[in-house]
Amino acid sequence: MSDLILGIETSCDETAAAIVEDGKKIISNVVASQISIHQKYGGVVPEIASRKHMEYIIPVIDKALDESGKKITDLSAIAVTYGPGLIGSLLVGLSVAKAMAYAQNIPFIGINHLEAHIYANLLEHNEIKPPFVCLIVSGGHTSLVYIRHFGEYKLLGQTKDDAAGEVFDKIAKVLDLGYPGGPITEKLAKEGEPSSIKFPRPLLNDKSYDFSFSGLKTAVIYYIKELKKENKNIPVSDILASFQQAVIDVLVGKTIKAALKFKTKQIILAGGVAANSLLRKEIKKKANLLNIKVFYPSIFLCTDNAAMIASAGYYKFKENKKSSLNLDAVSRLPLERKNQ
Amino acid sequence: MNLTIITKSPEETKNLGKEVGKLAKRGDLLAFYGELGAGKTCFIQGISRGLEVKDYVTSPSFTIINEYQGKIPIFHFDLFRLNNAEEILELSYKEYFYGEGLTVIEWAEKIEQFLPKEHLKIDIKFKDRYQRTISFIPQGDRFNNFLEELSRIENIRD
Repeated sequence: MSDLILGIETSCDETAAAIVEDGKKIISNVVASQISIHQKYGGVVPEIASRKHMEYIIPVIDKALDESGKKITDLSAIAVTYGPGLIGSLLVGLSVAKAMAYAQNIPFIGINHLEAHIYANLLEHNEIKPPFVCLIVSGGHTSLVYIRHFGEYKLLGQTKDDAAGEVFDKIAKVLDLGYPGGPITEKLAKEGEPSSIKFPRPLLNDKSYDFSFSGLKTAVIYYIKELKKENKNIPVSDILASFQQAVIDVLVGKTIKAALKFKTKQIILAGGVAANSLLRKEIKKKANLLNIKVFYPSIFLCTDNAAMIASAGYYKFKENKKSSLNLDAVSRLPLERKNQ
Repeated sequence: MNLTIITKSPEETKNLGKEVGKLAKRGDLLAFYGELGAGKTCFIQGISRGLEVKDYVTSPSFTIINEYQGKIPIFHFDLFRLNNAEEILELSYKEYFYGEGLTVIEWAEKIEQFLPKEHLKIDIKFKDRYQRTISFIPQGDRFNNFLEELSRIENIRD
C-alpha cells in the first residue's frame, strides 16, 4: 500500500501545502506566494507574513486535498516545517499541522526546512546516492553540507555574514529594482559584461568552506555610490553581471573544492538561488571536467514549497520518526543529524 | 560627551566593536544607524568577539532577531525589513530591550519612538570605500560614562 503524506510549509513568505505519494510522486502541490504583497516593501515583512499565512493556510490545504482527489482520511501522516524561519510564520503551519494530525489520529512529523531543500532533489532524481556534497543557497541560507548517508549531515561551512540570496535582494534594493532581487538580477545581467567591473571574490581561496558576502555587497554599493556622487551614468547591467559572476565564482569554487576533498561523484544544489541559470551552467561545466555529476531541482522545487516537506516527511515516517505534539517552532535551526 | 572615531578597514571597525563589547553590561542598548554596507553587522561582529561569543554572528535581515550567548546574552535586531515601527510590537521587544542581555539594533531609525531613554546611538558613515566615520552619541548618564571609558582606551583615537 502506498503512503500519502501531506506537507505544510510556512517558514517565510510562501504558504504551501502538497500531497506526495511514497516520497516521490507529487499528487498535488499548491503554493500561495506572498511575493506581490511584500514587493512594495523590498522584502518580507514578518508581521504581514504571519497574518497572510493565517488567511491562506486553510484554503491552501483544502486546494491541495481537492487537486489530489484524495480525502483527509487517506493521509498516512502530516509533515510540517518547524524551523528555521520566521517564528510567527512557522507557528501558523505548525499549529494547523498539529491540530489536523491530532484530529485524524495520524503521525505528526516536524521537518527541518534546510533538510527538506535537499530532499527536493529526490522528488525528481532517482539516481542520487550518498555520499554527496550539497550547496544550500537561498535568501536566508548559504551552507555547504556533506551527506554521507541520508539523515547524517556534516556542515562543512556557512556564511559568516549575509546569505547569497540576501545580497541579491539588497543590491536590487539599492538599484531600485524591487524584490526579490535574484530573478531581476539574472535577467538584467544577461545584457551586461561579467568581467567589466572587478568585484572581490571573498574567501574564494581561503582554506575553509565558509562564505562571506558582506564585503562584496559593500564593494558593489560603494561603486554605485561613487558613480552617483560624480553624477555619472550607472551601468546597471554591467554592475549586476559582474556582481553575479563574483557570487557564482565563490559558490562554484567552494562547492567543487568540497566535492574533491570528500571524493564525491555527485553535487546537489538546493534552495532558491539554485534556480539561477548561470550558477547551474557554471557548476556543471566545472564538475563535468572532473567527472562529477550535478543535480538540481526544477525551478518550482528550488523555491520554498511543501512537496519537499512531504518528501522529507515520508522518509522520517518510514523510519517511524514521529514528533511530539509539544514540538516548538525554532527560528535558528541548524542542520543536524538528530533534529527532533 | 560625543565621540567620533574613523576606522580605516572592516577589521578596524570590528576591533572598535570588540572594545565596545568588552564595556557592555546587561540591560545596555546600542542603536545603530547607517546605510546598507556601512558596516553595522561588522561592528556587531566585533562586539560579539568582545563578549566571547563562539557562534557566527550573521545578518539577521531574514529572521529579524538573532540571539547569541557570550559572557552576557546578545539580542541582535535587524529592522531592515520592518515597514512601520508598530511591527516591533509583534516581536515582544520589551523582553529584549529591558531584559538581561545586551541589545543591539540595526536600522534603529525605524523604531526611534520605542527606544528606551537610556541608549547609545552609533552612527556609521562612509568616508571612502574602506574608511568609516563612526559617531557615538550617548542618551542618558550610563552612556556618558560608557564613552568616557571607551575614549580612555589606548589607541582608540588615531
